[in-house]
Amino acid sequence: MIQTLAFYLFAFLVLASGVFTILARNPVHSVLWLILAFFNAAGLMILVGAEFIAALLVIVYVGAVAVLFLFVVMMLDIDFAELRAGFVKNFPLGIAIALVLLAELILGIGAYRAGALELGVPDGSAAPLMDRSNLENLGTVLYGKYLFLFEAAGIILLVAMVGAIALTHRGRPEGARGHQDIGKQVRRRPGEATEMKKPEIGKGVEL
Amino acid sequence: MTAFFQSLGMNYEWAWFVATVAGILLIALPLMLAVAMIIYVDRKVWAAIALRRGPNVVGPFGLLQSFADGLKVFLQETIIPSAANKGLFLIAPIVTFTVALLAWAVIPFGPEAVLADINIGLLYVLAISSLGVYGVVVSGWASNSKYPFFSAMRAAAQMISYEVSIGFLLVCVILWAGTSNMNGIIEAQRGHGLGIVNGFFFNPLLFPIWVMFLISALAETARAPFDLTEAESELVAGYQTEYSSMSFALFWLGEYANVLLMCALNAILFFGGWLPPLNVDLIPWFDIPGWIWLFAKIFMFFFIFSWVKATVPRFRYDQLMRLGWKVFLPLSLLFIVLVSGWLMLTRYGVAA
Repeated sequence: MIQTLAFYLFAFLVLASGVFTILARNPVHSVLWLILAFFNAAGLMILVGAEFIAALLVIVYVGAVAVLFLFVVMMLDIDFAELRAGFVKNFPLGIAIALVLLAELILGIGAYRAGALELGVPDGSAAPLMDRSNLENLGTVLYGKYLFLFEAAGIILLVAMVGAIALTHRGRPEGARGHQDIGKQVRRRPGEATEMKKPEIGKGVEL
Repeated sequence: MTAFFQSLGMNYEWAWFVATVAGILLIALPLMLAVAMIIYVDRKVWAAIALRRGPNVVGPFGLLQSFADGLKVFLQETIIPSAANKGLFLIAPIVTFTVALLAWAVIPFGPEAVLADINIGLLYVLAISSLGVYGVVVSGWASNSKYPFFSAMRAAAQMISYEVSIGFLLVCVILWAGTSNMNGIIEAQRGHGLGIVNGFFFNPLLFPIWVMFLISALAETARAPFDLTEAESELVAGYQTEYSSMSFALFWLGEYANVLLMCALNAILFFGGWLPPLNVDLIPWFDIPGWIWLFAKIFMFFFIFSWVKATVPRFRYDQLMRLGWKVFLPLSLLFIVLVSGWLMLTRYGVAA
């Protein structure tokens, strides 16, 4: 009863916020609806017992990725008239993409109706241990069976990060405006930064 | 508690519902009271450090000052700027306040006294605290005013930066405790220091992590010296500039509830939560209920927070970013390697 109510609540909110993501005129509203959709998807994950995935969904997508979306969209200077101007020009492309998605949906439903996939019989070692939390199960699988794939994914992400930093980083030469030597700033003492002057009356200070 | 309501003749669903609502109220209402009193404590501590008297007019020793302030904002008019995005402008403080209350669901006040004793307790806290940024960002944008917007940008960057290092610091604690359940982490600290001291802070590998966590907690809750988001000399009042009345009060309550949460996390993760400080039965030490120990520890950390606020000057923004990304992030990564290496060596065996 409680689960059913919660399921319909989360499912309805995911669908509704997904629809409003597309329908909202203001891009910032779109992003906020998208965030609501992510959040409710996490609720659905909890209902199927994948609480670790739910926590990851909130931490990674809601807490980090969507904040960056929002950050960028807020700072953009968006001209709404210009956004809508390309409607006729982009209409055929939009229809094409919509048709592809429709075809995929129909295929998916058809495949689902056709019966379950024969993926082979899982051996005993791969079966999840029900007495452990899914945090432990996931850890065992990721760092045991799929260790090399997992590490490879990590290395690819590391390379991407280093690449992004190398492409956008511009070092400032010594002495240029904006160049900072943090160690030097921290080492500075009042004695070198200030100077006591005792000007005579009626005379200025030589700086 | 569900069993108790079932014994009153309710069916399971209703008993569960009533028990959950009662549990939520049992945490949220004392929390609101605690926030009101902790604001008073905060002001008294600053006053004492600045050689002033602090609030001393309303009630005995000024104890009712926060309630008087609360009543005052409640009676004020809610002003919504005409250029503001009305819906989001009103939702933002509600989001801040709700999110600040949400995380308290997994905080254990005693071995049994926890609303949701879930396996991923610490991850839940991390997930909820990462939502806190939305209230600030949305309020800054919806105000449609320059200073709140600058403040929102600063807050977003600051909170995301420090969340990264906080995440890694928490991983060290989870590794050592072997669980991310809050009660499990507290139990793992029993007699951790030579069988006498309860708390991870006694561990030479985890002590630096606690120091970094305390500083990151200051940054995460935008307390001084990291209160760049409401730096009054630059940004008026930051993202709260356009807010008045109850919407302003909700920000205020949410902010202090977050500060208390960070103090509670410090107490739970590194100082043994509801365990007494020493694992020795000196006085009737274990008969004192756990929540008293937890409250005493939260209070101690809150004193440190106000002490820091009263003494340390505000950081420059680039220094704040440097501290987060160039100091804490590499250090916390290094400590993950050190902690997991040490645990492999001593607990699991090198070959495992």
